Amino acid sequence: MTDITKTDVLIVGAGPVGLFAVFELGLFDMKCHLIDILDRPGGQCAELYPEKPIYDIPGWPSISAQGLVDKLLEQIAPFKPDFTYNRMVSSLEKLEDGSFRVTTDENEVFEAKVVVIAAGGGSFQPKRPPIPGIEPYEGKSVFYSVRRMEDFRGHDLVIVGGGDSALDWTLNLQPVAKSVTLVHRRPEFRAAPDSVNKMYALQEMKQLTFQVGQVTGLTGADGKLSSAVIKGPDGDVEVPCTRMLPFFGLTMKLGPIAEWGLNLHENLIPVDTEKFQTSVPGIFAVGDINWYPGKLKLILSGFHEVALMAQAAKRIISPGERIVFQYTTSSTSLQKKLGVVEA
Amino acid sequence: MTKLTFIAHDGTHFDMDAENGSTVMENAIRNAVPGIEAECGGACACATCHVYVDEAWTALVGEPEAMEEDMLDFAYDVQPNSRLSCQIKVRDALDGLVVRVPARQG
Repeated sequence: MTDITKTDVLIVGAGPVGLFAVFELGLFDMKCHLIDILDRPGGQCAELYPEKPIYDIPGWPSISAQGLVDKLLEQIAPFKPDFTYNRMVSSLEKLEDGSFRVTTDENEVFEAKVVVIAAGGGSFQPKRPPIPGIEPYEGKSVFYSVRRMEDFRGHDLVIVGGGDSALDWTLNLQPVAKSVTLVHRRPEFRAAPDSVNKMYALQEMKQLTFQVGQVTGLTGADGKLSSAVIKGPDGDVEVPCTRMLPFFGLTMKLGPIAEWGLNLHENLIPVDTEKFQTSVPGIFAVGDINWYPGKLKLILSGFHEVALMAQAAKRIISPGERIVFQYTTSSTSLQKKLGVVEA
Repeated sequence: MTKLTFIAHDGTHFDMDAENGSTVMENAIRNAVPGIEAECGGACACATCHVYVDEAWTALVGEPEAMEEDMLDFAYDVQPNSRLSCQIKVRDALDGLVVRVPARQG
């Protein structure tokens, strides 16, 4: 039997809004567990634009996206949330007692009385490169990550991209592959200079080929690749290719959320504006993923949404208990929870 | 006001008046030009506002900076006249600018 992790509130997505939900729920003594597909908290703020300033966070005339994430983590630390990273929530089902069972793509099982979907633009997934006819080869000859290096042993490997992933795997797989061709559309890389130098040194020793250009075609049959056509500065080049690893960054996809029976509105989850609850009682949606009349995809709107959501979540988790509205500035009991006065 | 023209992949022309200082991408979104997605909202953090600058304008528009070149690696069918439209600021000198939308974004 699989171990089941139990928590009060399961939050899908650890972006800024998911993180702040921990704070608002924590003030009402609800324990949170967050699951995110990335390997760290922050969502789009951390993945897409960590260095960029944000100018519309109240009280912060300018704060970098990563800076905001760091401050949020500091703010929610007293509530000791649990995090599970590198996982996508693949299924969500309602149990007979009204609670929810959530399963990840690695088959971990969670049970929670309340589920909060704070999944932003969906889950980050590897971007499919702009190569015509690539789909039938995916998962058979074309892979977007390396699970086992052995899977590449003895293969004619083509790696596409110019970032650290492309360079690291070029260097790591070169000793096991039969041949390695690195394809990038220009001779400048976004990767660590040391890796780039090592790559050029291997090319010098004819241990690998670096080809400037873009992959424009694939040949093969039944999912088995045999060669790739690269359009370079001097015309088309055909190189042997039985395995391909494209590294074209990440994109956001709604993913399995579409199948959770939440009556989507243009790929967004409709909620009411009192509780930010979905069509399924006990499942809430906050931040960029939800929709209601007048919705604005702003971080600050998400912060407001989680404050109201927390009230409704409390009523589900502690039915019958009177909810006292309090300010953190003046409430000793809230201050004890925040650890700013002695408990 | 500065005139801008987007030519969608199907050949449809979108002519518009653009405010100086705005980005070419913002004008595409405001005028609902098909094929400009601008997923990241103009942070130069995706490559979904990719355009081809008309050959007559490439010199005036100029070359992408290093960060934009990095993002262009993720775009579809990158050409020497490829730019991310969120990184082109509208100014008087660009009055009449013509850009083409690629077959797809990434």
